[in-house]
Amino acid sequence: MGKIEWAMWANEQALAAGLILLTGGIVGVAGQFRGWEFASYAIAAGFFVCLLEYPRSKRAKGTSVERTGQYCFTVCVKAFGPVTRNYYVRAFLHAALCVPGGFMLATVLGCVCLGIASLIYLAAAVRGEHWEPILPRKDTRKPVAESIKSPPQNPPPRPPPEIRRKQAKDVEGAAYDNPIAVTDD
Amino acid sequence: MANWIINNGFPAVMVVVWMTINTYLFVSFYLYYDQDESYYYTRHLLGSALAWARAPAAVLNFNCMLILLPVCRNLLSLIRGSFVCCSRTMRKQLDQNLSFHKLVAYMIALMTAVHTIAHLLNLEWLNNSKLGLYDELSTALSRLEDERNETYLNPLQHIDADPQQRPTHFAFTSIAGLTGVLITMSLILIITSSMEVIRRSYFEVFWYTHHLFIVFFIGLVFHGYGRIVRSLEDDSPHNTTLCKDHPEDWGKIPECPIPQFEGKEPGTWMWVIGPMIIYLCERVLRFVRYMQAVQYRKIVMRPSKVLELQLRKKGFKMEVGQYVFLNCPSISQLEWHPFTMTSAPEEDFFSVHIRSAGDWTDKLIETMQKLPEGEQGPKMGVDGPFGTASEDVFDYEVSMLVGAGIGVTPFASIMKSIWYKFKESDPKLRTRKIYFYWLCRETHAFEWFADLLQVLEREMEERGLGDFLTYKLFLTGWDQGHTNQVIVHFDEDTDVVTGLKQKTHYGRPNWDKEFDQVRKENPASVVGTFLCGPAALAKVLEKKCAKYSDVDPRKTKFYFNKENF
Repeated sequence: MGKIEWAMWANEQALAAGLILLTGGIVGVAGQFRGWEFASYAIAAGFFVCLLEYPRSKRAKGTSVERTGQYCFTVCVKAFGPVTRNYYVRAFLHAALCVPGGFMLATVLGCVCLGIASLIYLAAAVRGEHWEPILPRKDTRKPVAESIKSPPQNPPPRPPPEIRRKQAKDVEGAAYDNPIAVTDD
Repeated sequence: MANWIINNGFPAVMVVVWMTINTYLFVSFYLYYDQDESYYYTRHLLGSALAWARAPAAVLNFNCMLILLPVCRNLLSLIRGSFVCCSRTMRKQLDQNLSFHKLVAYMIALMTAVHTIAHLLNLEWLNNSKLGLYDELSTALSRLEDERNETYLNPLQHIDADPQQRPTHFAFTSIAGLTGVLITMSLILIITSSMEVIRRSYFEVFWYTHHLFIVFFIGLVFHGYGRIVRSLEDDSPHNTTLCKDHPEDWGKIPECPIPQFEGKEPGTWMWVIGPMIIYLCERVLRFVRYMQAVQYRKIVMRPSKVLELQLRKKGFKMEVGQYVFLNCPSISQLEWHPFTMTSAPEEDFFSVHIRSAGDWTDKLIETMQKLPEGEQGPKMGVDGPFGTASEDVFDYEVSMLVGAGIGVTPFASIMKSIWYKFKESDPKLRTRKIYFYWLCRETHAFEWFADLLQVLEREMEERGLGDFLTYKLFLTGWDQGHTNQVIVHFDEDTDVVTGLKQKTHYGRPNWDKEFDQVRKENPASVVGTFLCGPAALAKVLEKKCAKYSDVDPRKTKFYFNKENF
């Protein structure tokens, strides 16, 4: 399993965890559960995790597939520079965020999922991966090949101006034999 | 509309039947738990959340039963084979196995979410009842315990934890709770590792994580063993209508003895035991096949890092366009990789052409390259052959074969088989005309296929059968270099790229023109279109098939078949 970029799976897991945390939090608040304060925290934390994890990173090798409409999220996440780039930071962030979810049943599942995502991110960080924004590429036009396509720089060889004037006035005198054949035979 | 019915009718019907069963299960179980008298007191504690938890449970039972079946490839092969008489449509549907597996998985995920949310509500309300926060009846019901001559209703018993932690404590210490958490976690991990991005790039992660389904099924079977869905005992003398308003009199007056409750017997095992056994047989069969000896007849390194393996296995019988799964324990114990066979059934061996496309294939090619001349290769396990749509290619009078890139491989098998059948004038061959479209970005890695076409071309011309096979090659990744070459060699007989008589086209095909041509040349025929290539192209061809088909039997009808990996 050498070529795996663990961050890709960690990203999917973290996004799922964010959604689960968010859903658990909504259930906890809407149902007015005991410990609903933890549920409202889970809503905020889940939402934040979703925003952070929505933009996919650019892959080190191979084509990266963007999520629909992720460009604006990419710009926001990119703005935080090294904090969001580094996966050690993400691993510890997710580990810290998930802890309050463990204090109430509705958010426990989100807590465990986020914890697992944190572990996978740690594995990714240990392997030296980091987050790269996927930015739209400016298509560089292929450099045009030389020689046959560039227009000629010099005008075709012509006889000097005096003779040209003579040719215009005296058509018969201007006739001459080509030194090399110009027909197909 | 009529054309859509011809091509997509059957799968649509299957999905409608499946959704109808799901809806019926959901609604009928919901109504049962919402209205049945024996659950009257349970509903008093839980409200409609009881029905909301039990209805998805029924749908989950049904779908967990179904999910194992589409991936039993040997079973499916058996079913495919038995439909020799039936129409083509029946055999096509078994191609949709993976799509159906995914659909069932989505339903399982959705129902798990509903079931879990309902149970979160249930546990919270059971907790509150136990703490005496609700009305007198709830408190009385919750006080019933499994001792003296009472049976409990509220499963939250004897918990000494902090009130906020009681639901969590219950979830992690009861059978239902613990198995529930375990199987939900497995399901989430299975789903996140099955996302298309992960599956396409790192098949190993997907494959290994997917084996968490074993944990899932074991947990699922034991999930109900706690018997915590409680109802009034059958023929209980306790009259709920009379007694619900004065719980303090229970046990003191003859009409209201203390209500006795019983738990629902676990029922999931009845649903899933059949498919679990079938799947176990499937895995045993794969293992048995793996143990069978496989000899190497020839190992050839083709240009552009393509490895051709010619293998022999006792009792191995294949048909055109089928694929096998290969396993090489010296590279990886657990990985099985699918490869379409490139040999024809008429040959006494079977071959695969393996291209460098990842860890496993790279290592295989490396191992083979290091092998000294004439020696047998490493031990290889072969599972299969498994059927795909290409088996049907000879049933159609006219066939359009479209191979994109690596997708051209099954057609190598088909072409060779055509050739053998023709040489022997096989009467089973119903095909009179074949159109073959080969699309690729560059001919790199497919020189072996071009060689095959050259051989066929020559032999067909010798027998004056040039008309039987019409093939067109489309080079979609051409550049200036190509153009220059073509300009210089344009008046030569054979194509400059492939050396074939048929000139290479550049760019993508104009499908409207192609379908029109086929339709004009073959009026009143049934044309089968076979594709092995990307999904985007499948959509295009499917649309064109629908567009150019006519329900009128006197006109041409196009059927679309797609290979899936």
